[in-house]
Amino acid sequence: MTGRRPFWLFTALAFGYAFLYLPIVTLIVYSFNDSRLVTVWGGFSTRWYGELLRNEQILAALWLSVRIAAMNATFAVVLGTLAALTLVRFARFRTRMLFAGMVAAPLVMPEVILGLSALLMFVTLEQMVGWPAGRGMTTITIAHITFTTAFVAVVVQSRLSQLDGSLEEAAMDLGARPWKVFLVIILPIISPALVAGWLLGFTLSMDDLVIASFVSGPGATTLPMVIYSSVRMGVSPQVNALATIIVVVVSTGVVIAGWLLHRQSRHSQS
Amino acid sequence: MTAAREPVLTSGRASLRRRIDHGVKSLAQGRLGRTLVIALPYAWLLLFLLLPILIVLKISFSEMALASPPYTPMLQWVDQRTLSLSLHLGNYAFLWQDPLYMAAYLNSLKIAAVSTVLCLLIGYPMAYAIARAPSGWRIVLLMLVILPFWTSFLIRVYAWIGLLQANGLINHLLLSLGLIDQPLVLLHSNFAVYLGIVYSYLPFMILPLYATLVRMDLTLLEAAADLGAPPWKSFLTVTLPLSLPGVIAGSLLVFIPAVGEFVIPDLLGGPDSLMIGKVLWTEFFSNRDWPVASAVAIAMLLVILVPLLLFQRVEERETTEPTR
Repeated sequence: MTGRRPFWLFTALAFGYAFLYLPIVTLIVYSFNDSRLVTVWGGFSTRWYGELLRNEQILAALWLSVRIAAMNATFAVVLGTLAALTLVRFARFRTRMLFAGMVAAPLVMPEVILGLSALLMFVTLEQMVGWPAGRGMTTITIAHITFTTAFVAVVVQSRLSQLDGSLEEAAMDLGARPWKVFLVIILPIISPALVAGWLLGFTLSMDDLVIASFVSGPGATTLPMVIYSSVRMGVSPQVNALATIIVVVVSTGVVIAGWLLHRQSRHSQS
Repeated sequence: MTAAREPVLTSGRASLRRRIDHGVKSLAQGRLGRTLVIALPYAWLLLFLLLPILIVLKISFSEMALASPPYTPMLQWVDQRTLSLSLHLGNYAFLWQDPLYMAAYLNSLKIAAVSTVLCLLIGYPMAYAIARAPSGWRIVLLMLVILPFWTSFLIRVYAWIGLLQANGLINHLLLSLGLIDQPLVLLHSNFAVYLGIVYSYLPFMILPLYATLVRMDLTLLEAAADLGAPPWKSFLTVTLPLSLPGVIAGSLLVFIPAVGEFVIPDLLGGPDSLMIGKVLWTEFFSNRDWPVASAVAIAMLLVILVPLLLFQRVEERETTEPTR
């Protein structure tokens, strides 16, 4: 276009971003409110942060969620990368349609169905083979791996399909075995996608309430489950404080990751 | 009992042996790596994704029972020799007859469809503006759209409770401005559900729209302008048709998860904002009726399958289309 930027485009952006960010900003502002009530400003205070840090239940749930999320992300990156390799590199094998469908299914399946089906399967398995005995951290992790693998596969797949096949061919011509080609050529090139996939898997797992509620057992309460039960009771300033911490940590991470990717892409262009 | 089972088992064993032979042969041909790469995710998905759905399907054909697990088995040994297969269709008949479930399905579809249109109306101008922004700004603007998606979904829904409740900020503001005399009922209403869905899923609409709009060849617009088309006309005849794949992809990314949404209708919705995801949750956790919950899930999958197949066709067209 000719450098003429219509006024309404600015308006659309301003309203859009206001809509996206005002709720988050009020959430953060009121986490520093001394009063318990949302509408009354009782002065600046960090007391809710103090209470949050002394809240054993929330800290235990946070620790459980972090462990599940990290384990889930690691497994999902392995499975997702293998699935992406299969879909991009092994174009033809029997039942490919079934495989592609299974990889993509969790992206579009409602969480309630994923959660219900995973739980019913765990119950059936336990009845038949005695494993898993009861439900808790292991079952949540397995259910999370199953649905986050799909997201990792999408991220890795898009990176793999951009990959220049001639590099691999050259390496094979020079006598490299397939696994060596993977380690030396493919892996370094797709590593940004693996990092992105890991972070995505971690976030999705940390954020999941529905699936975890289905497949969790007594004693395994994740962070979203604690937040959910306290939110159902109404607005709680401690949740505001927790939300503020999450938003700050995540924003810092996203900005750093964005900056690194930006620098890397400029680096590779020059 | 063993007599009846024996033939099935032996034929199963034979085919298993054939498969193992086949596997060993392909390993011997030096395809170990390839086989492992395929087998690991394949086995995982078969066991933890496909099998669970088949189990849900199976349980949807059984009856609730006071047992552990609380449903009747589908295959049962009546006496020593006869295996009885009972397909109980009652749950589906129940879904069909009870007005609650039909209303919940229809209401979910309606809420998802209206939310999708609202997302499109808000998201299209934003995606357009980002795609036409100076290229240095695009990455920042785009990151600002993605950022809320990375923060907790639950917390973003929670943020609206503080704003919408009777003594919340919006009512407080309107009251102090003198626009209303008494607080409006904003929370626990259909309005709040729409707001929550649009707010949560807006990034999923903007990203695919942006992707198609930013790839667009802008000389087409110049050509349209040179030929005398006013801006609105070149938008309707050039920009909009070219961005249609993005419109369809974004709409499905909003519509499909919105149909099965549980958290938003549960936290923001009222008694009349009945949605099928919430019905399934209640059926399972409160009524402990696993068979009906399973039937609700299967019916929901079928409802979602239609837009899904549509999506796949669009995807295929996208990938087969030559890239410019």
